[in-house]
Amino acid sequence: MNPFSWRRLLAVLAKEFIQMRRDRLTFAMMVGIPIMQLCLFGYAINTDPKHLPTAIVAAESSEFTRRLISAMTLSDYFDIVATPASIDHGRELIARGDVQFLLRIPPDFARDLVRGERPALLVEIDATDPVASGNAMAALGPLVEQSLASEIKGPLAHLNPKPGSIDLRIQRRYNPEGLTAYNIVPGLMGVILTMTLIMMTGLAIARERERGTFENLLAMPVRPLEIMLGKLVPYILVAYVQVGVILVAAHLLFAVPILGSLWLLLGCTLAFIVANLSVGLLFSTLAKNQMQAMQMTFFFFLPSMLLSGFMFPFRGMPGWAQAIGELLPLTHFLRIVRGILLKVNGPADVWPNLWPLLAFTLVVVAFGAKRFRKTLD
Amino acid sequence: MTAYAIDVRGLSKSFGDKKVVDGLDLRVERGAIYGFLGPNGSGKTTTIRMLCGLLTADAGEGTCLGLDVRRDSNVIKSQVGYMTQKFTWWEDLTIEENLRFAARMHGLANARSVVDAALERLGLAQRRRQLAGELSGGWKQRLALAACLLHQPRLLLLDEPTAGVDPKARREFWAEIHALAREGLTVLVSTHYMDEAERCHRLAYIAFGKLLAEGTPQQILDQVGLCTFAIDGAPAVAVDEISRLPGVEQVVPFGLRLHVSGVDAATLSTSVAGYTHRHQLSWQPVDSSLEDAFIALMRGGKP
Repeated sequence: MNPFSWRRLLAVLAKEFIQMRRDRLTFAMMVGIPIMQLCLFGYAINTDPKHLPTAIVAAESSEFTRRLISAMTLSDYFDIVATPASIDHGRELIARGDVQFLLRIPPDFARDLVRGERPALLVEIDATDPVASGNAMAALGPLVEQSLASEIKGPLAHLNPKPGSIDLRIQRRYNPEGLTAYNIVPGLMGVILTMTLIMMTGLAIARERERGTFENLLAMPVRPLEIMLGKLVPYILVAYVQVGVILVAAHLLFAVPILGSLWLLLGCTLAFIVANLSVGLLFSTLAKNQMQAMQMTFFFFLPSMLLSGFMFPFRGMPGWAQAIGELLPLTHFLRIVRGILLKVNGPADVWPNLWPLLAFTLVVVAFGAKRFRKTLD
Repeated sequence: MTAYAIDVRGLSKSFGDKKVVDGLDLRVERGAIYGFLGPNGSGKTTTIRMLCGLLTADAGEGTCLGLDVRRDSNVIKSQVGYMTQKFTWWEDLTIEENLRFAARMHGLANARSVVDAALERLGLAQRRRQLAGELSGGWKQRLALAACLLHQPRLLLLDEPTAGVDPKARREFWAEIHALAREGLTVLVSTHYMDEAERCHRLAYIAFGKLLAEGTPQQILDQVGLCTFAIDGAPAVAVDEISRLPGVEQVVPFGLRLHVSGVDAATLSTSVAGYTHRHQLSWQPVDSSLEDAFIALMRGGKP
């Protein structure tokens, strides 16, 4: 028997494609999942929430107060939904979660302001989800000053808190409007590929094992490499279909710019696809049935979601969590995708995140090939 | 080239602490239909899997079609047809796709014509596009047999091929097995059916991974040396009473008859004669069946 036969590989490939075509549900899932997740997450996840419910306790009604309230409303960050009579009542609203912000304008605010006594504006925040209120909070300070500054003019102009002394300019690079979709949508590409690829390859061999057909396959004069490649190659094609769907949707639905080289992106994607397929293959050699393959997929998928920087800012994690994150292919792929799409990264910029993908694949394939035996022992 | 299609000695295999096959010697002549019998879990499937290279033996050596069982498993696979106990062809592929896959995996140059010929022979040419999963048990079995014959193997390993198949299909199946053997194919077949065991040229009976008896059906009967008497018209309640008599090892009802067997012929005949005299029943010696012999073997073979 010759060591490797293209004919046998083609036979396995043909079989896999036929089976994939017949398994309508799985096929629909492979195309449907990207679109569904993209729409769900792309539109749903927003780390720059606006229209946060706000309550204002105004102990006085002056031109300044009205000015401040209208400026807050116009900023889109704050929706003033309540004007409770007392601060205690306002705190109840926060406790119940009815409002996220409680702004208290003290009595004699206008008088103290005119006198230059620096009156205090108290803002209370429901900080249970810090991400949710961070941007709004950051917007509040300048907003208050600017809105008041326009009122403090003429003889009061000397009260202005010297605008020229500090000129703070915040420049949001790569995503000037701070659109979450720019971050989420390219990231989703990695998440979707991770989930579908590992699950599909894990299931593909576990399914044969579960149905007993693996025994039949092994009873044929076939090389492990032929089975492995025959099983994996169809999923590379599936993965590229998914990538295509996601990129088109990202561009059309979310207007995510594709600034860097598309070819470089597709090339790096191959490294990522193969890395995930190798994980799926390793799992499939460990799993006795489809259920186990599924469980292992989630065992791998959850840390990928949580520690890769997709869900939470990578730099916000403690060192040990970052170390785990660095081991995951998704972490590196996210950087590559965002780098190419948004920062016009070239091959040299991408390399520091490309080689970890290749190294990861090498290690996992080595383990998988060792576990993938031709026998049933 | 040896005269034996299978010639293995001391074959052993353990899963964990459990010794499934324990020092098994097996010799199967070329062109023979060799029956492989034994209770469930006796190691039949494991032995067959070791012969075709699906499992590696822990110990033992020997040849299969003159090829080393442990070293040449890949070559063995291409010359052996293995029909698994369960239906292990792809149920989501059509009949034709399954056959074509098998043909291509074995590297047959004329895959298409081989598959067409097999479909004709099976009588499945009309249903070639039917999914294998939709076939009835009998047709699945025929498909499985056809698929593992495509590459014209020289040895056929059949693991309980007729389990769950109706009597007519079983008879046709065995007719085909005999026809193949006449063409020179060696067949090793495991079974639980005694009528099938009687159709084999030679038999091996294994229990708890050990070979307990080997030979032609008649040789096995002689080897066990079981003596059987038939008692006519005994009431069903008599079974308990008779089985407590000295020398009685088995009492099996056959309709209105009871078959009473034991290896100690003298004691047995005294017991039976005494009982039938007391209850005024008729009795006579009959030939022991293979089933009686195997049950006797199984009792004796307990570790």
